[in-house]
Amino acid sequence: MTDAFTPALLARFDVLRDQYPPEMRTSLVLPLLHCVQDANGYVTEADAARIADYIGMPAIQVVEALTWYTMFDREPQGRYVIKVCRNIACSLRGSEDVLAHLQQKLDIGIGETTADGRFTLKTVECLASCGTAPAMQVNRTYHEQLDATKLDQILESLT
Amino acid sequence: MSGPVFMNFPITTTSHSLSEYRARGGYAALAQALREMTPAQVGAQAKASGLQGRGGAGFQTGLKWEFVSKEAPVVYLCCNIDEGEPGTFKDRWILEHSPHQLLEGMLFASYALRVRHAFAYIRGEFDLPLRRLEGALAEARAAGIVGENILGSGFSCDIVVHRGAGAYVCGEESSLINSLEGKKGFPRNKPPFPAVRGLYQRPTVVNNVETLATVPWIMANGAAPYAALGARKTPGTRLFGVSGHVASPGLFEKPTGYPLAQLIYQDAGGVLGGRKLKAVIPGGSSTPILKAAEIEGVTLDQESMGKAGSMVGSGAVIVIAEGTCMVRLLQVLSRFYAHESCGQCTPCREGTDWMNRILERIVAGKGSAADLATLTRLPTGIMGNTVCALGDAASMPVVSFIKKFGDEFAYYVAHGRSLHDGRLAP
Repeated sequence: MTDAFTPALLARFDVLRDQYPPEMRTSLVLPLLHCVQDANGYVTEADAARIADYIGMPAIQVVEALTWYTMFDREPQGRYVIKVCRNIACSLRGSEDVLAHLQQKLDIGIGETTADGRFTLKTVECLASCGTAPAMQVNRTYHEQLDATKLDQILESLT
Repeated sequence: MSGPVFMNFPITTTSHSLSEYRARGGYAALAQALREMTPAQVGAQAKASGLQGRGGAGFQTGLKWEFVSKEAPVVYLCCNIDEGEPGTFKDRWILEHSPHQLLEGMLFASYALRVRHAFAYIRGEFDLPLRRLEGALAEARAAGIVGENILGSGFSCDIVVHRGAGAYVCGEESSLINSLEGKKGFPRNKPPFPAVRGLYQRPTVVNNVETLATVPWIMANGAAPYAALGARKTPGTRLFGVSGHVASPGLFEKPTGYPLAQLIYQDAGGVLGGRKLKAVIPGGSSTPILKAAEIEGVTLDQESMGKAGSMVGSGAVIVIAEGTCMVRLLQVLSRFYAHESCGQCTPCREGTDWMNRILERIVAGKGSAADLATLTRLPTGIMGNTVCALGDAASMPVVSFIKKFGDEFAYYVAHGRSLHDGRLAP
Protein backbone atom coordinates (compact mmCIF):
# COMPACT_ATOMS: atom_id res chain seq x y z
CA MET A 1 0.00 0.00 0.00
CA THR A 2 1.37 3.37 -0.99
CA ASP A 3 1.64 6.15 1.55
CA ALA A 4 -1.25 8.60 1.11
CA PHE A 5 0.89 11.38 2.58
CA THR A 6 3.30 12.08 -0.25
CA PRO A 7 6.18 14.56 0.14
CA ALA A 8 4.25 16.94 -2.15
CA LEU A 9 1.23 16.77 0.15
CA LEU A 10 3.36 17.40 3.23
CA ALA A 11 4.99 20.36 1.49
CA ARG A 12 1.52 21.74 0.88
CA PHE A 13 0.79 21.27 4.61
CA ASP A 14 3.80 23.48 5.41
CA VAL A 15 2.63 26.22 3.04
CA LEU A 16 -0.81 26.25 4.68
CA ARG A 17 0.70 26.21 8.19
CA ASP A 18 2.81 29.27 7.47
CA GLN A 19 -0.27 31.35 6.55
CA TYR A 20 -1.62 31.29 10.10
CA PRO A 21 -0.23 33.06 13.17
CA PRO A 22 1.46 30.57 15.55
CA GLU A 23 -1.38 30.73 18.12
CA MET A 24 -3.80 29.53 15.43
CA ARG A 25 -2.26 26.10 15.00
CA THR A 26 -5.54 24.17 15.33
CA SER A 27 -7.05 26.26 12.55
CA LEU A 28 -5.21 23.89 10.21
CA VAL A 29 -7.77 21.12 10.76
CA LEU A 30 -10.12 22.02 7.89
CA PRO A 31 -7.40 23.15 5.43
CA LEU A 32 -5.46 19.90 5.93
CA LEU A 33 -8.57 17.71 5.69
CA HIS A 34 -9.43 19.48 2.41
CA CYS A 35 -5.86 19.00 1.27
CA VAL A 36 -5.95 15.23 1.82
CA GLN A 37 -9.39 14.89 0.25
CA ASP A 38 -8.33 16.91 -2.81
CA ALA A 39 -5.28 14.67 -3.24
CA ASN A 40 -6.81 11.28 -2.47
CA GLY A 41 -10.54 11.70 -3.02
CA TYR A 42 -11.47 10.81 0.56
CA VAL A 43 -10.11 10.92 4.10
CA THR A 44 -9.78 7.97 6.47
CA GLU A 45 -9.65 8.08 10.25
CA ALA A 46 -5.99 7.07 10.00
CA ASP A 47 -5.42 10.16 7.82
CA ALA A 48 -7.15 12.26 10.45
CA ALA A 49 -4.84 10.87 13.12
CA ARG A 50 -1.80 11.77 11.03
CA ILE A 51 -3.15 15.29 10.51
CA ALA A 52 -3.57 15.54 14.28
CA ASP A 53 0.06 14.47 14.78
CA TYR A 54 1.21 17.08 12.27
CA ILE A 55 -0.72 19.81 14.07
CA GLY A 56 0.08 18.49 17.52
CA MET A 57 -3.43 17.99 18.83
CA PRO A 58 -5.61 15.08 19.96
CA ALA A 59 -6.74 12.83 17.09
CA ILE A 60 -10.33 12.86 18.34
CA GLN A 61 -10.69 16.55 17.49
CA VAL A 62 -9.70 15.98 13.86
CA VAL A 63 -11.94 12.91 13.64
CA GLU A 64 -14.78 15.03 15.02
CA ALA A 65 -14.31 17.59 12.26
CA LEU A 66 -14.00 14.85 9.64
CA THR A 67 -17.32 13.33 10.66
CA TRP A 68 -19.25 16.53 11.44
CA TYR A 69 -18.68 18.54 8.25
CA THR A 70 -20.70 17.26 5.31
CA MET A 71 -18.14 17.88 2.57
CA PHE A 72 -15.66 15.25 3.74
CA ASP A 73 -16.00 11.74 2.36
CA ARG A 74 -14.66 8.82 4.32
CA GLU A 75 -14.75 6.32 1.48
CA PRO A 76 -13.97 6.34 -2.24
CA GLN A 77 -16.50 8.17 -4.41
CA GLY A 78 -17.32 7.98 -8.11
CA ARG A 79 -15.03 9.82 -10.52
CA TYR A 80 -17.71 12.46 -10.85
CA VAL A 81 -19.71 13.31 -7.77
CA ILE A 82 -22.98 14.95 -8.78
CA LYS A 83 -24.54 17.07 -6.04
CA VAL A 84 -28.05 18.25 -6.82
CA CYS A 85 -29.46 21.13 -4.80
CA ARG A 86 -32.95 20.42 -3.53
CA ASN A 87 -33.57 23.47 -1.39
CA ILE A 88 -36.46 25.88 -1.81
CA ALA A 89 -35.47 27.97 -4.85
CA CYS A 90 -34.27 24.94 -6.80
CA SER A 91 -37.40 23.00 -5.83
CA LEU A 92 -39.53 25.81 -7.21
CA ARG A 93 -37.61 25.60 -10.49
CA GLY A 94 -37.56 21.84 -11.01
CA SER A 95 -34.88 20.14 -8.89
CA GLU A 96 -37.24 17.16 -8.42
CA ASP A 97 -37.24 16.70 -12.19
CA VAL A 98 -33.45 17.04 -12.29
CA LEU A 99 -33.07 14.33 -9.65
CA ALA A 100 -35.58 12.04 -11.33
CA HIS A 101 -33.87 12.46 -14.69
CA LEU A 102 -30.42 11.70 -13.28
CA GLN A 103 -31.63 8.67 -11.33
CA GLN A 104 -33.27 7.27 -14.44
CA LYS A 105 -30.31 8.02 -16.74
CA LEU A 106 -27.68 6.71 -14.34
CA ASP A 107 -29.90 3.93 -13.01
CA ILE A 108 -28.84 4.59 -9.42
CA GLY A 109 -30.50 6.02 -6.33
CA ILE A 110 -29.45 9.00 -4.24
CA GLY A 111 -26.21 8.25 -2.41
CA GLU A 112 -25.23 5.47 -4.83
CA THR A 113 -22.38 5.08 -7.32
CA THR A 114 -22.68 3.62 -10.82
CA ALA A 115 -21.19 0.13 -11.27
CA ASP A 116 -18.41 1.51 -13.49
CA GLY A 117 -17.40 3.96 -10.74
CA ARG A 118 -18.04 6.93 -13.00
CA PHE A 119 -20.82 8.74 -11.14
CA THR A 120 -21.95 9.19 -7.56
CA LEU A 121 -25.31 10.93 -7.10
CA LYS A 122 -25.97 13.04 -4.03
CA THR A 123 -28.34 15.76 -2.88
CA VAL A 124 -27.13 18.91 -1.16
CA GLU A 125 -28.70 21.96 0.43
CA CYS A 126 -28.56 25.51 -0.94
CA LEU A 127 -25.55 26.17 -3.20
CA ALA A 128 -26.34 29.92 -3.49
CA SER A 129 -27.50 29.44 -7.08
CA CYS A 130 -31.08 30.48 -6.37
CA GLY A 131 -31.15 33.05 -9.17
CA THR A 132 -29.96 30.45 -11.67
CA ALA A 133 -31.93 27.48 -10.35
CA PRO A 134 -32.12 24.56 -10.67
CA ALA A 135 -28.46 23.93 -9.97
CA MET A 136 -26.03 21.13 -9.25
CA GLN A 137 -22.32 20.74 -8.69
CA VAL A 138 -20.15 18.11 -10.38
CA ASN A 139 -16.98 17.78 -8.31
CA ARG A 140 -16.09 21.48 -7.97
CA THR A 141 -17.93 22.84 -11.02
CA TYR A 142 -21.33 24.52 -10.79
CA HIS A 143 -23.96 23.78 -13.46
CA GLU A 144 -27.00 26.03 -13.42
CA GLN A 145 -30.36 26.64 -15.14
CA LEU A 146 -30.59 22.91 -15.74
CA ASP A 147 -33.07 21.09 -17.95
CA ALA A 148 -33.16 17.58 -19.41
CA THR A 149 -31.21 18.53 -22.56
CA LYS A 150 -28.50 20.27 -20.57
CA LEU A 151 -28.23 17.36 -18.15
CA ASP A 152 -27.73 14.89 -21.00
CA GLN A 153 -25.01 17.08 -22.50
CA ILE A 154 -23.25 17.35 -19.15
CA LEU A 155 -23.37 13.59 -18.54
CA GLU A 156 -21.99 12.88 -22.01
CA SER A 157 -19.10 15.28 -21.52
CA LEU A 158 -17.98 13.52 -18.32
CA THR A 159 -16.00 10.50 -19.39
CA MET B 1 -26.09 47.53 -14.52
CA SER B 2 -27.55 49.99 -12.11
CA GLY B 3 -26.70 50.83 -8.56
CA PRO B 4 -24.17 53.16 -7.02
CA VAL B 5 -22.25 50.85 -4.70
CA PHE B 6 -21.95 47.54 -6.54
CA MET B 7 -23.50 47.40 -9.98
CA ASN B 8 -21.72 50.46 -11.31
CA PHE B 9 -19.57 48.93 -14.06
CA PRO B 10 -20.10 46.66 -17.08
CA ILE B 11 -19.17 43.04 -16.40
CA THR B 12 -16.56 41.67 -18.80
CA THR B 13 -14.09 38.79 -18.66
CA THR B 14 -11.56 41.10 -16.99
CA SER B 15 -13.67 43.53 -14.96
CA HIS B 16 -12.80 41.70 -11.73
CA SER B 17 -9.06 42.34 -12.18
CA LEU B 18 -6.91 44.68 -10.08
CA SER B 19 -6.08 46.95 -13.02
CA GLU B 20 -9.75 47.51 -13.88
CA TYR B 21 -10.74 47.93 -10.25
CA ARG B 22 -8.05 50.59 -9.96
CA ALA B 23 -9.20 52.22 -13.20
CA ARG B 24 -12.65 52.53 -11.61
CA GLY B 25 -11.03 54.38 -8.69
CA GLY B 26 -10.51 51.34 -6.46
CA TYR B 27 -7.95 51.46 -3.63
CA ALA B 28 -7.56 55.25 -4.04
CA ALA B 29 -9.63 55.90 -0.92
CA LEU B 30 -7.62 53.27 0.97
CA ALA B 31 -4.30 54.83 -0.04
CA GLN B 32 -5.53 58.25 1.03
CA ALA B 33 -7.00 57.03 4.32
CA LEU B 34 -3.81 55.18 5.26
CA ARG B 35 -1.89 58.46 4.72
CA GLU B 36 -4.30 60.96 6.21
CA MET B 37 -6.73 59.27 8.61
CA THR B 38 -6.35 57.62 11.99
CA PRO B 39 -7.96 54.23 12.60
CA ALA B 40 -10.49 55.96 14.88
CA GLN B 41 -11.49 58.34 12.08
CA VAL B 42 -12.11 55.42 9.70
CA GLY B 43 -14.28 53.75 12.33
CA ALA B 44 -16.16 56.98 12.99
CA GLN B 45 -16.91 57.43 9.28
CA ALA B 46 -18.25 53.88 9.00
CA LYS B 47 -20.45 54.50 12.02
CA ALA B 48 -21.72 57.87 10.77
CA SER B 49 -22.84 56.27 7.49
CA GLY B 50 -25.46 54.23 9.37
CA LEU B 51 -24.32 51.06 7.59
CA GLN B 52 -25.95 47.96 9.03
CA GLY B 53 -24.84 44.35 8.67
CA ARG B 54 -26.01 42.74 5.44
CA GLY B 55 -25.82 39.13 6.58
CA GLY B 56 -29.36 39.12 7.93
CA ALA B 57 -29.36 40.42 11.48
CA GLY B 58 -28.84 44.07 10.50
CA PHE B 59 -26.65 45.13 13.44
CA GLN B 60 -24.94 48.54 13.14
CA THR B 61 -21.50 47.92 11.65
CA GLY B 62 -19.76 50.93 13.21
CA LEU B 63 -21.13 50.00 16.63
CA LYS B 64 -19.88 46.43 16.29
CA TRP B 65 -16.41 47.79 15.56
CA GLU B 66 -16.64 50.15 18.53
CA PHE B 67 -17.15 47.23 20.93
CA VAL B 68 -13.56 46.11 20.32
CA SER B 69 -11.15 47.24 23.03
CA LYS B 70 -8.58 49.77 21.86
CA GLU B 71 -6.04 48.22 24.26
CA ALA B 72 -6.29 44.64 22.99
CA PRO B 73 -2.88 43.40 21.80
CA VAL B 74 -4.39 41.17 19.10
CA VAL B 75 -7.66 41.72 17.24
CA TYR B 76 -9.01 39.51 14.46
CA LEU B 77 -11.35 40.24 11.57
CA CYS B 78 -13.36 37.53 9.85
CA CYS B 79 -15.25 38.10 6.66
CA ASN B 80 -18.25 35.81 6.65
CA ILE B 81 -18.46 34.27 3.15
CA ASP B 82 -20.44 31.26 4.34
CA GLU B 83 -23.35 32.39 2.18
CA GLY B 84 -25.98 29.70 2.61
CA GLU B 85 -29.32 31.18 3.63
CA PRO B 86 -31.67 29.64 1.05
CA GLY B 87 -32.59 32.26 -1.53
CA THR B 88 -29.38 34.25 -1.06
CA PHE B 89 -26.76 34.61 -3.80
CA LYS B 90 -25.37 38.13 -3.40
CA ASP B 91 -22.00 37.58 -1.70
CA ARG B 92 -21.14 35.23 -4.49
CA TRP B 93 -21.78 38.04 -7.03
CA ILE B 94 -19.39 40.34 -5.17
CA LEU B 95 -16.63 37.73 -5.14
CA GLU B 96 -17.11 36.80 -8.77
CA HIS B 97 -17.34 40.33 -10.11
CA SER B 98 -15.73 42.70 -7.63
CA PRO B 99 -13.41 40.77 -5.30
CA HIS B 100 -11.05 43.71 -4.83
CA GLN B 101 -13.94 45.75 -3.46
CA LEU B 102 -14.21 43.18 -0.67
CA LEU B 103 -10.45 43.15 -0.07
CA GLU B 104 -10.41 46.95 0.14
CA GLY B 105 -13.29 46.83 2.62
CA MET B 106 -11.47 44.21 4.70
CA LEU B 107 -8.37 46.42 4.74
CA PHE B 108 -10.38 49.45 5.85
CA ALA B 109 -11.93 47.41 8.67
CA SER B 110 -8.54 45.95 9.59
CA TYR B 111 -7.00 49.42 9.74
CA ALA B 112 -9.84 50.77 11.88
CA LEU B 113 -9.58 47.79 14.25
CA ARG B 114 -5.74 47.43 14.14
CA VAL B 115 -5.99 43.90 12.75
CA ARG B 116 -2.78 42.15 11.63
CA HIS B 117 -4.44 38.93 10.40
CA ALA B 118 -7.85 38.95 8.73
CA PHE B 119 -9.67 35.83 7.58
CA ALA B 120 -11.97 35.26 4.66
CA TYR B 121 -14.07 32.28 5.75
CA ILE B 122 -15.59 31.01 2.51
CA ARG B 123 -18.07 28.17 2.21
CA GLY B 124 -16.34 25.06 0.95
CA GLU B 125 -18.61 24.47 -2.03
CA PHE B 126 -17.80 27.78 -3.75
CA ASP B 127 -15.66 27.30 -6.85
CA LEU B 128 -15.48 30.42 -9.04
CA PRO B 129 -15.91 32.77 -6.06
CA LEU B 130 -12.93 31.07 -4.36
CA ARG B 131 -10.76 31.27 -7.47
CA ARG B 132 -11.65 34.94 -7.98
CA LEU B 133 -10.91 35.73 -4.33
CA GLU B 134 -7.57 33.91 -4.38
CA GLY B 135 -6.69 35.54 -7.70
CA ALA B 136 -7.50 39.00 -6.37
CA LEU B 137 -5.52 38.34 -3.21
CA ALA B 138 -2.47 37.28 -5.22
CA GLU B 139 -2.75 40.44 -7.33
CA ALA B 140 -3.13 42.61 -4.24
CA ARG B 141 -0.14 41.00 -2.50
CA ALA B 142 2.04 41.48 -5.59
CA ALA B 143 1.00 45.14 -5.75
CA GLY B 144 1.82 45.77 -2.09
CA ILE B 145 -1.83 46.27 -1.14
CA VAL B 146 -1.96 43.27 1.20
CA GLY B 147 0.90 42.18 3.47
CA GLU B 148 3.75 44.17 4.98
CA ASN B 149 3.77 47.97 4.91
CA ILE B 150 0.68 48.41 2.75
CA LEU B 151 1.17 51.07 0.06
CA GLY B 152 4.13 52.40 2.03
CA SER B 153 1.92 53.44 4.94
CA GLY B 154 3.56 51.39 7.67
CA PHE B 155 0.29 49.49 8.18
CA SER B 156 0.61 45.72 7.71
CA CYS B 157 -2.21 43.23 7.31
CA ASP B 158 -2.41 39.71 5.91
CA ILE B 159 -5.61 38.21 4.59
CA VAL B 160 -5.98 34.43 4.81
CA VAL B 161 -8.59 32.51 2.81
CA HIS B 162 -10.10 29.74 4.92
CA ARG B 163 -12.47 27.19 3.37
CA GLY B 164 -15.45 25.84 5.29
CA ALA B 165 -16.59 22.29 4.71
CA GLY B 166 -20.35 22.23 4.35
CA ALA B 167 -22.32 23.52 7.34
CA TYR B 168 -25.09 26.13 7.16
CA VAL B 169 -24.73 26.91 10.86
CA CYS B 170 -21.19 28.22 10.31
CA GLY B 171 -22.78 31.37 8.91
CA GLU B 172 -23.60 32.19 12.54
CA GLU B 173 -20.65 34.25 13.76
CA SER B 174 -19.62 32.30 16.85
CA SER B 175 -20.06 29.04 14.99
CA LEU B 176 -17.82 30.41 12.24
CA ILE B 177 -15.23 31.25 14.88
CA ASN B 178 -15.29 27.71 16.31
CA SER B 179 -15.00 26.34 12.80
CA LEU B 180 -12.05 28.61 12.11
CA GLU B 181 -10.44 27.20 15.26
CA GLY B 182 -10.69 23.74 13.73
CA LYS B 183 -13.64 22.61 15.82
CA LYS B 184 -17.15 21.49 14.98
CA GLY B 185 -19.22 24.56 14.11
CA PHE B 186 -21.14 24.73 17.38
CA PRO B 187 -22.41 28.24 18.18
CA ARG B 188 -21.22 29.76 21.46
CA ASN B 189 -23.28 31.24 24.24
CA LYS B 190 -23.38 35.04 24.23
CA PRO B 191 -22.23 37.04 26.10
CA PRO B 192 -19.32 37.25 25.78
CA PHE B 193 -19.79 38.53 22.25
CA PRO B 194 -17.03 37.91 19.71
CA ALA B 195 -15.99 41.58 19.88
CA VAL B 196 -14.98 40.88 23.47
CA ARG B 197 -13.85 37.25 23.24
CA GLY B 198 -13.85 35.63 19.83
CA LEU B 199 -11.28 33.77 17.79
CA TYR B 200 -8.78 32.16 20.21
CA GLN B 201 -10.35 34.33 22.95
CA ARG B 202 -9.20 37.50 21.15
CA PRO B 203 -11.57 40.36 20.32
CA THR B 204 -12.96 39.47 16.90
CA VAL B 205 -15.23 41.20 14.42
CA VAL B 206 -17.23 39.06 12.01
CA ASN B 207 -18.76 40.99 9.11
CA ASN B 208 -20.68 39.87 6.03
CA VAL B 209 -19.20 40.24 2.52
CA GLU B 210 -21.72 42.86 1.35
CA THR B 211 -21.19 44.86 4.54
CA LEU B 212 -17.41 45.02 4.15
CA ALA B 213 -17.57 45.60 0.39
CA THR B 214 -19.76 48.67 1.02
CA VAL B 215 -17.10 50.34 3.19
CA PRO B 216 -14.84 51.52 0.30
CA TRP B 217 -17.77 53.47 -1.20
CA ILE B 218 -18.45 55.12 2.16
CA MET B 219 -14.79 56.03 2.57
CA ALA B 220 -14.51 57.34 -1.00
CA ASN B 221 -17.77 59.29 -1.08
CA GLY B 222 -18.38 60.15 2.55
CA ALA B 223 -20.71 59.00 5.31
CA ALA B 224 -23.41 61.59 4.65
CA PRO B 225 -23.98 60.67 0.97
CA TYR B 226 -24.36 57.02 2.03
CA ALA B 227 -26.73 57.88 4.86
CA ALA B 228 -28.80 59.82 2.31
CA LEU B 229 -29.38 56.71 0.18
CA GLY B 230 -32.55 54.71 0.69
CA ALA B 231 -34.70 54.53 3.81
CA ARG B 232 -33.83 56.97 6.57
CA LYS B 233 -33.56 54.51 9.47
CA THR B 234 -31.80 51.77 7.49
CA PRO B 235 -29.88 53.63 4.80
CA GLY B 236 -27.94 52.46 1.79
CA THR B 237 -28.47 50.12 -1.11
CA ARG B 238 -28.76 46.37 -0.91
CA LEU B 239 -28.28 43.48 -3.28
CA PHE B 240 -31.71 41.86 -3.46
CA GLY B 241 -31.90 38.39 -4.95
CA VAL B 242 -35.18 37.36 -6.51
CA SER B 243 -35.72 33.63 -7.04
CA GLY B 244 -38.50 31.09 -7.44
CA HIS B 245 -41.50 31.61 -9.71
CA VAL B 246 -40.50 34.81 -11.49
CA ALA B 247 -39.89 35.35 -15.21
CA SER B 248 -36.40 36.83 -14.74
CA PRO B 249 -34.76 35.72 -11.50
CA GLY B 250 -31.62 37.59 -10.56
CA LEU B 251 -29.79 40.04 -8.38
CA PHE B 252 -30.72 43.71 -8.22
CA GLU B 253 -29.04 46.56 -6.39
CA LYS B 254 -31.77 48.82 -5.00
CA PRO B 255 -31.96 51.48 -2.33
CA THR B 256 -33.52 50.29 0.91
CA GLY B 257 -37.17 51.30 0.98
CA TYR B 258 -37.67 50.13 -2.61
CA PRO B 259 -41.17 48.72 -3.20
CA LEU B 260 -41.29 44.92 -2.95
CA ALA B 261 -44.00 44.65 -5.61
CA GLN B 262 -41.93 46.69 -8.04
CA LEU B 263 -38.95 44.40 -7.51
CA ILE B 264 -41.08 41.36 -8.30
CA TYR B 265 -43.29 42.67 -11.10
CA GLN B 266 -40.94 45.11 -12.81
CA ASP B 267 -37.33 44.13 -12.14
CA ALA B 268 -37.85 40.37 -12.02
CA GLY B 269 -40.42 40.36 -14.82
CA GLY B 270 -43.44 39.28 -12.78
CA VAL B 271 -44.72 35.82 -11.93
CA LEU B 272 -43.59 33.00 -14.20
CA GLY B 273 -45.98 32.02 -16.96
CA GLY B 274 -48.34 34.88 -16.16
CA ARG B 275 -49.69 33.05 -13.12
CA LYS B 276 -51.02 34.86 -10.08
CA LEU B 277 -48.83 35.53 -7.09
CA LYS B 278 -49.53 33.28 -4.13
CA ALA B 279 -46.91 34.23 -1.56
CA VAL B 280 -43.48 35.75 -0.99
CA ILE B 281 -40.75 34.79 1.46
CA PRO B 282 -39.13 38.21 1.61
CA GLY B 283 -35.75 37.86 3.33
CA GLY B 284 -34.34 34.34 3.16
CA SER B 285 -35.95 31.00 3.96
CA SER B 286 -36.44 31.57 7.68
CA THR B 287 -38.33 34.87 7.42
CA PRO B 288 -42.12 34.66 7.86
CA ILE B 289 -43.99 34.19 4.59
CA LEU B 290 -46.33 36.91 3.26
CA LYS B 291 -49.49 36.24 1.26
CA ALA B 292 -49.92 38.08 -2.05
CA ALA B 293 -52.27 40.66 -0.57
CA GLU B 294 -49.86 41.35 2.27
CA ILE B 295 -47.05 42.65 0.04
CA GLU B 296 -49.07 45.60 -1.24
CA GLY B 297 -47.40 48.82 -0.20
CA VAL B 298 -44.56 46.99 1.54
CA THR B 299 -41.10 48.43 0.98
CA LEU B 300 -37.72 46.73 1.37
CA ASP B 301 -36.68 48.20 4.69
CA GLN B 302 -37.02 46.77 8.17
CA GLU B 303 -39.59 49.32 9.30
CA SER B 304 -42.08 48.54 6.57
CA MET B 305 -41.32 44.82 6.50
CA GLY B 306 -41.64 44.60 10.27
CA LYS B 307 -45.11 46.15 10.10
CA ALA B 308 -46.07 43.52 7.53
CA GLY B 309 -44.93 40.84 9.97
CA SER B 310 -41.70 39.72 8.36
CA MET B 311 -38.04 40.69 7.92
CA VAL B 312 -35.68 41.97 5.22
CA GLY B 313 -33.10 39.44 6.46
CA SER B 314 -30.50 38.68 3.81
CA GLY B 315 -32.44 40.39 1.01
CA ALA B 316 -33.49 37.09 -0.53
CA VAL B 317 -36.95 37.38 -2.07
CA ILE B 318 -38.46 33.97 -2.89
CA VAL B 319 -41.57 34.17 -5.05
CA ILE B 320 -44.28 31.49 -5.05
CA ALA B 321 -46.98 31.27 -7.71
CA GLU B 322 -50.63 30.31 -7.29
CA GLY B 323 -51.14 26.55 -7.43
CA THR B 324 -48.01 25.64 -5.44
CA CYS B 325 -48.48 23.13 -2.63
CA MET B 326 -47.45 24.90 0.57
CA VAL B 327 -47.34 21.67 2.57
CA ARG B 328 -44.73 20.13 0.32
CA LEU B 329 -42.83 23.43 0.17
CA LEU B 330 -42.65 23.61 3.95
CA GLN B 331 -41.34 20.06 4.04
CA VAL B 332 -38.45 21.15 1.76
CA LEU B 333 -37.53 23.78 4.36
CA SER B 334 -38.03 21.46 7.34
CA ARG B 335 -35.77 18.84 5.77
CA PHE B 336 -33.11 21.52 5.30
CA TYR B 337 -33.23 22.75 8.90
CA ALA B 338 -33.26 19.22 10.29
CA HIS B 339 -30.20 18.47 8.16
CA GLU B 340 -28.39 21.62 9.28
CA SER B 341 -29.14 21.61 13.01
CA CYS B 342 -25.68 21.25 14.53
CA GLY B 343 -26.78 18.90 17.29
CA GLN B 344 -25.67 20.99 20.25
CA CYS B 345 -29.05 22.00 21.76
CA THR B 346 -31.70 19.35 22.39
CA PRO B 347 -34.76 21.49 21.48
CA CYS B 348 -33.31 22.25 18.04
CA ARG B 349 -31.69 18.86 17.33
CA GLU B 350 -34.79 16.88 18.31
CA GLY B 351 -37.36 19.52 17.37
CA THR B 352 -36.20 20.14 13.80
CA ASP B 353 -36.04 16.42 13.13
CA TRP B 354 -39.44 15.86 14.72
CA MET B 355 -41.06 18.61 12.64
CA ASN B 356 -39.49 17.14 9.51
CA ARG B 357 -40.68 13.60 10.27
CA ILE B 358 -44.22 14.83 10.83
CA LEU B 359 -44.16 16.76 7.56
CA GLU B 360 -42.73 13.74 5.72
CA ARG B 361 -45.61 11.71 7.06
CA ILE B 362 -48.19 14.32 6.05
CA VAL B 363 -46.71 14.66 2.56
CA ALA B 364 -46.78 10.86 2.18
CA GLY B 365 -50.52 11.01 2.88
CA LYS B 366 -50.20 9.33 6.25
CA GLY B 367 -50.52 12.34 8.52
CA SER B 368 -53.28 12.82 11.08
CA ALA B 369 -54.98 15.78 12.68
CA ALA B 370 -52.96 14.95 15.80
CA ASP B 371 -49.75 15.26 13.74
CA LEU B 372 -50.81 18.70 12.60
CA ALA B 373 -51.56 19.71 16.18
CA THR B 374 -48.13 18.50 17.31
CA LEU B 375 -46.46 20.33 14.42
CA THR B 376 -48.25 23.51 15.44
CA ARG B 377 -47.14 23.10 19.05
CA LEU B 378 -43.47 22.17 18.50
CA PRO B 379 -42.07 25.64 17.63
CA THR B 380 -43.07 26.96 21.07
CA GLY B 381 -40.72 24.42 22.63
CA ILE B 382 -37.84 25.34 20.33
CA MET B 383 -37.95 29.10 19.94
CA GLY B 384 -35.91 30.97 22.50
CA ASN B 385 -34.57 27.74 24.03
CA THR B 386 -31.38 27.34 22.02
CA VAL B 387 -27.88 28.83 21.87
CA CYS B 388 -28.24 30.27 18.36
CA ALA B 389 -31.03 31.38 16.05
CA LEU B 390 -31.19 28.22 13.92
CA GLY B 391 -33.99 26.78 16.04
CA ASP B 392 -35.99 29.97 15.59
CA ALA B 393 -35.16 30.03 11.87
CA ALA B 394 -36.52 26.48 11.54
CA SER B 395 -39.63 27.32 13.55
CA MET B 396 -40.70 30.57 11.93
CA PRO B 397 -41.60 29.04 8.54
CA VAL B 398 -43.63 26.30 10.31
CA VAL B 399 -45.53 28.88 12.32
CA SER B 400 -46.16 31.25 9.41
CA PHE B 401 -47.01 28.60 6.78
CA ILE B 402 -49.59 26.95 9.07
CA LYS B 403 -50.99 30.31 10.16
CA LYS B 404 -51.45 31.56 6.62
CA PHE B 405 -52.18 28.37 4.71
CA GLY B 406 -53.80 26.31 7.45
CA ASP B 407 -56.57 25.15 5.13
CA GLU B 408 -54.04 23.40 2.88
CA PHE B 409 -52.53 21.57 5.84
CA ALA B 410 -55.97 20.57 7.14
CA TYR B 411 -56.96 19.33 3.67
CA TYR B 412 -53.74 17.32 3.30
CA VAL B 413 -54.23 15.42 6.58
CA ALA B 414 -57.97 14.95 5.99
CA HIS B 415 -57.65 13.59 2.45
CA GLY B 416 -54.11 12.22 2.40
CA ARG B 417 -53.29 14.31 -0.65
CA SER B 418 -52.43 17.84 -1.68
CA LEU B 419 -55.12 20.41 -2.32
CA HIS B 420 -53.12 21.22 -5.45
CA ASP B 421 -51.37 18.90 -7.89
CA GLY B 422 -48.46 18.70 -5.46
CA ARG B 423 -45.83 19.95 -7.88
CA LEU B 424 -43.44 22.65 -6.72
CA ALA B 425 -42.02 23.60 -10.13
CA PRO B 426 -44.34 25.12 -12.75
